[in-house]
Amino acid sequence: MNLTAVSTIYAFEMRRTLRSLMQSVVSPVLSTALYFVVFGAAIGSRIPQIEGVSFGAFIVPGLIMLTLLTQSVSNASFGIYFPRFLGTIFEVLSAPVSFLEIVIAYVGAAATKSIVLGLIILATATLFVPIRIEHPLFMILFLVLTSVTFSLLGFIIGIWADNFEQLQFVPLLVVTPLTFLGGSFYSITMLPPFWQTVSLFNPVVYLVSGFRWSFYGQADVNVYLSLAMTLLFLGICLAITWWIFKTGYRLKT
Amino acid sequence: MQPIVSIANLSKTYASGFEALKGVDLDIRPGEIFALLGPNGAGKTTLISIVCGLVTATAGSVSIGGNDIIKAYRKARQLVGLVPQELTTEPFETVIAAMRLSRGLFGLKPDPEKIETILRQLSLWDKKGAKTVTLSGGMKRRLMIAKALAHEPRVLFLDEPTAGVDVELRRDMWDLVRGLRDTGVTIILTTHYIEEAEQMADRVGVIRKGELILVEDKAELMHKLGKKQVSLHLNQRLDAVPPALMKHDLELAQDGCELIYTYDTNADRTGITALLTDLSEAGIRFHDLQTQKSTLEDIFVSLVSERP
Repeated sequence: MNLTAVSTIYAFEMRRTLRSLMQSVVSPVLSTALYFVVFGAAIGSRIPQIEGVSFGAFIVPGLIMLTLLTQSVSNASFGIYFPRFLGTIFEVLSAPVSFLEIVIAYVGAAATKSIVLGLIILATATLFVPIRIEHPLFMILFLVLTSVTFSLLGFIIGIWADNFEQLQFVPLLVVTPLTFLGGSFYSITMLPPFWQTVSLFNPVVYLVSGFRWSFYGQADVNVYLSLAMTLLFLGICLAITWWIFKTGYRLKT
Repeated sequence: MQPIVSIANLSKTYASGFEALKGVDLDIRPGEIFALLGPNGAGKTTLISIVCGLVTATAGSVSIGGNDIIKAYRKARQLVGLVPQELTTEPFETVIAAMRLSRGLFGLKPDPEKIETILRQLSLWDKKGAKTVTLSGGMKRRLMIAKALAHEPRVLFLDEPTAGVDVELRRDMWDLVRGLRDTGVTIILTTHYIEEAEQMADRVGVIRKGELILVEDKAELMHKLGKKQVSLHLNQRLDAVPPALMKHDLELAQDGCELIYTYDTNADRTGITALLTDLSEAGIRFHDLQTQKSTLEDIFVSLVSERP
């Protein structure tokens, strides 16, 4: 294991994040804070409590999830796509580094960034709304698993994409709608029965539900089902990554 | 001597069906400068890319310092530095950070002294804090070389090191490459400038349509270069070379209207004066005279042009 190489790529990626602090940290935190102001303070006071939790507090796990998903995907995809686009990827590919090490470094850096963002948003949220975390270990577990899973998805997209449009396609047209429709701002039990069933095909429902359960002890679906689904997505992403590794898809001709 | 790079029966067929390499065999000797000459699309870059791990070969094997590039890829790659044709650098990194990255990828600690030595060698030390986006084309090229040397490889691949580089920079580059060889690095470069191969290489390989059609010492090639010919356009047709002229190395051409004399410019005496005297004594007159030199370019062109 070339640990020096892993930490080198990891550090390089983290430096890139720090270089673009405004774009990569400040802007997602600011936009989430705006959600709190609008939905928590302004509109939230007129919305009745959901299952005994004020609306402002209710949406916190969903908002963190929204950031985790979109940031993990866009970060990880950009992290691997940009060197491909520039051509600098040759240096990594011709170095004594295994594909596993490349994945650990790039995905690890993207996931780290998402987790830090998630924690910053959580801290910001406590300034606006009362938060309680009933199952902190589950909270951390969902935070980490989701960040890693969606960073892997981002890595796959970054390898697959051949232009910037394709790079943006999945985060904007798939992840964002799924998150909004995945119960970030409402409980799916509030939906008519038909749409409740449809929602169960949305993977984000399980992530949001499990994450919210770790905060308030309430869930749309059983927490272990949430955990199982999260692990299933992780497994699917790992399998695709393994296939990329086996075939050298888009990296080696 | 054990070859430092050993390529055996290497083939590559791309997914499109294009055969970029057709069973190439090549051994590179330690410490030499080897020039791989060939027109665009001949397979030079594919060959280098396979050796460096960027492209997967369809068949054949490569070993570097005795390490197979697939089975022992870590050991093999540790010995190799690659400077690709395109100037690709992360624009917002500084020169020194780029050097640290290169060392790190090869599992090495930053070692400031080593980095300083390499940057000085490539006249980039003054630019150590500059972002790579601010460097000129020539400096970027040198940075690419510095990065390739960062892990102290024993073999350096330079893919078209002087493509799009002006004459002066090209000469600097040649000096630089010779300097690197003097430090013990084996250098394999691709080029389609014949002059470049002539100036630098110890050995020359010519690749055409994925086949290595010639590998020879440059000195040997230069010897072939040394041959010159005089063509005499005769006033009267000859059926055969007259007996009086048999001692000269003569050929009849153009249906007996032309006499061709081949001589060695490197020899002490070319024999031209003697030939002309003998011709005049034999009463053979000519109305025109031409000399021609076969250059490496001629050899190259005849080799790479269509041939069954």
